[in-house]
Amino acid sequence: MNPTIPEVIRTVPLQYYVFFATALFCIGVTGVLVRRNAIIIFMCVELMLNAVNILLAAFAAYRSDPNGQVFVFFIMAVAAAEVAVGLGIIVMIYRNFQNTDVNLLSRLKW
Amino acid sequence: MENVLPGATAPYSALFYAAIPGLPFLGFLLNGLLNRKLSGTLAGLIGSATVLGSFLLSLTLFMGFKYQYTVQLFDWISVGSLQIPFGYQIDQLSLIMLLLITGVGFLIHVYSIGYMGHDENAGKFFSFLNLFVFSMLVLVMGSNFVILFIGWEGVGLCSYLLIGFWNKHTNYNNAAKKAFIINRVGDLGFLLGIFLIYLTFNSVQYGEVFQKAHLGQFGTYSVGICTAITLLLFVGAMGKSAQLPLYTWLPDAMAGPTPVSALIHAATMVTAGIYLVLRANVLFTLAPHTLEVVGIVGLATALFAATIGLAQNDIKKVLAYSTVSQLGYMFLALGVMGYTSSFFHVLTHAFFKALLFLGAGSVIHGMSNEQDMRRMGGLRKSMPITFLTMLIGCLAIAGIPPFAGFFSKDEILSHVYEHSKVMWGIGVFTSFLTAFYMFRLLFLTFFGEFRGTEEQRHHLHESPASMTLPLIVLAILSAVGGFMGAPMFLGGKHYLGDYLAPIFTYSKQILPAAFGAEPDHNTELMLIGISVLVAVVGIVFAYVMYVARAQRPAEEESQRSGLDSLVYHKYYVDELYNTLFVKPTMALSKGLYKFVENGVIDPIANGVGRATLAGGQLLRFVQTGSVETYLLLMVLGIVLILGLNFGRM
Repeated sequence: MNPTIPEVIRTVPLQYYVFFATALFCIGVTGVLVRRNAIIIFMCVELMLNAVNILLAAFAAYRSDPNGQVFVFFIMAVAAAEVAVGLGIIVMIYRNFQNTDVNLLSRLKW
Repeated sequence: MENVLPGATAPYSALFYAAIPGLPFLGFLLNGLLNRKLSGTLAGLIGSATVLGSFLLSLTLFMGFKYQYTVQLFDWISVGSLQIPFGYQIDQLSLIMLLLITGVGFLIHVYSIGYMGHDENAGKFFSFLNLFVFSMLVLVMGSNFVILFIGWEGVGLCSYLLIGFWNKHTNYNNAAKKAFIINRVGDLGFLLGIFLIYLTFNSVQYGEVFQKAHLGQFGTYSVGICTAITLLLFVGAMGKSAQLPLYTWLPDAMAGPTPVSALIHAATMVTAGIYLVLRANVLFTLAPHTLEVVGIVGLATALFAATIGLAQNDIKKVLAYSTVSQLGYMFLALGVMGYTSSFFHVLTHAFFKALLFLGAGSVIHGMSNEQDMRRMGGLRKSMPITFLTMLIGCLAIAGIPPFAGFFSKDEILSHVYEHSKVMWGIGVFTSFLTAFYMFRLLFLTFFGEFRGTEEQRHHLHESPASMTLPLIVLAILSAVGGFMGAPMFLGGKHYLGDYLAPIFTYSKQILPAAFGAEPDHNTELMLIGISVLVAVVGIVFAYVMYVARAQRPAEEESQRSGLDSLVYHKYYVDELYNTLFVKPTMALSKGLYKFVENGVIDPIANGVGRATLAGGQLLRFVQTGSVETYLLLMVLGIVLILGLNFGRM
């Protein structure tokens, strides 16, 4: 009998996906905390979102539950909107500072 | 008329009963809100009209009165087992008081139109007068002790407002404060009495309390609790009705306008204490010890105040001490369980004392606001109506038949005679003093040579009709009012006694001996003879001293002998109270201000403020402005939350 698609997918153990997504997420967090360039920080945020997407898709496939994949679409839409707004802000920062270094954004201090 | 159980229904609608105090309250609002916009006369007319309205309503009630009942207006306090409805009690006692308050009140309002009409604050005056009438009506109409207390406090407040009416003079304000504070001392006793009543009888409604007392149901207490209750109630009465030792406010209260003295401090407010005792007569009958105290205090007050009145030179002060003395007589009567005679004296005293005060006001008005009798004299030629009416008033208060005061005072003295000969003797002596100082007042003011300034002589005139008409009405009442209580053996019928009998049925059932038959006729005639003789002797003494020998009171301190000086300075009682009570309280107050207010409370309040500021100063360093730090803190926070939530799993 030909294996069904879910059985084919289940040949890869679930932990692999979990580790993978966790690793991606941690890399993303590290990137947000460490990098100075605003655009790179943004990319790392996207990385975090994508890690979550992978996890959701994996669980959806393993449990044959489409809810997870539907949620992925939501997250992608939100990410797109967020990027649009965020890049707009970064463009304004660049126009004022000629530089996208976040260390320069320190006027709101005591 | 039999007592009817409290379930009897009222013949008129609730609005009718609410209108009796409601009309003066409306007058208070109108005159108060439109103060400067109304002329004095118009304000006076509004004030008088509302009181007249109340009088007519009361008269309707009186004419159609058949049985006692209470009118419930609304459910006032209803907390658990504490039920105090707001209602009015209509019975013989409250009806006569209603007629008295609204009737005499109306006359005094009319008088005030002439006396205060040109004052710039006349509207305020009439609004306060109406507020007073309102409070007094609530006092006498209330169906339980708490409503009585509301009215009680209300009249105390109005007394304060009216005594200090000309509030630009600090002396008058001090007199007003003194009146209010001494009243409050009495009110403390009264309140404690009400609490004790509630504890004993589980109710404050008259019907229930008196029924239970009459049946001997005192809850967990014995009958001795009545002594405690009545003593406390009497403390309240002492304050309101100016008995020893809480009397010092009344002479000082003469700082207010004369109509105020007439209405509040002669005819109505000061009788509130007597009304209280009459209302609660069952409780007092059950507490003979308190009655002894009441009698002794009353007698002592009567004598004490009469002696002070002998040496006063201000016409209103003499009348003030005379009021205190007559109130002492009323309490003396209560003390020997002559309840009806006490109330009879309340009524007659209201007539002639209001008359005397209004007459004094007329004299003061004619003398361009001079109140010292040493500057008056010979006024009977220029103020004949005032002279005649005041003569009638003085004859009434001295107890000369057939004027009103004779019948009531004689009845009191006859009750006292049955109780104790010694007290009777002192009472007779006091009535001698009364006759003496009242006619001293009359002779000094109206006879002899005029001793005032030329300016005053020039302005001497009889008062306008709005002032003399009430005088005439009150004079007629003083003359014939006594016949409502004429003793039977002289041919009269004791209308008042018969009318009021249902109020005292419970007392009568407890102690029938006190309500027994009158003493035999010979004793009565002897007593009457002695009273009249003593009064006539007093008048003759005064005539000899002040008309025949034309003696005049001393002008200066140095001319007074030691005893004379002591009495003139009112036995230095005010100074004593000042040292005993006022100075320590002021010192305590200053000490508390310095050490507690400035030393403890202010530092705490300011300290809290300063602590908040300091905290803010420290916390602001959290805002470093660096994005990286914020991100790091965000991540750490999320980790913490996740750890706490999932760590439990």
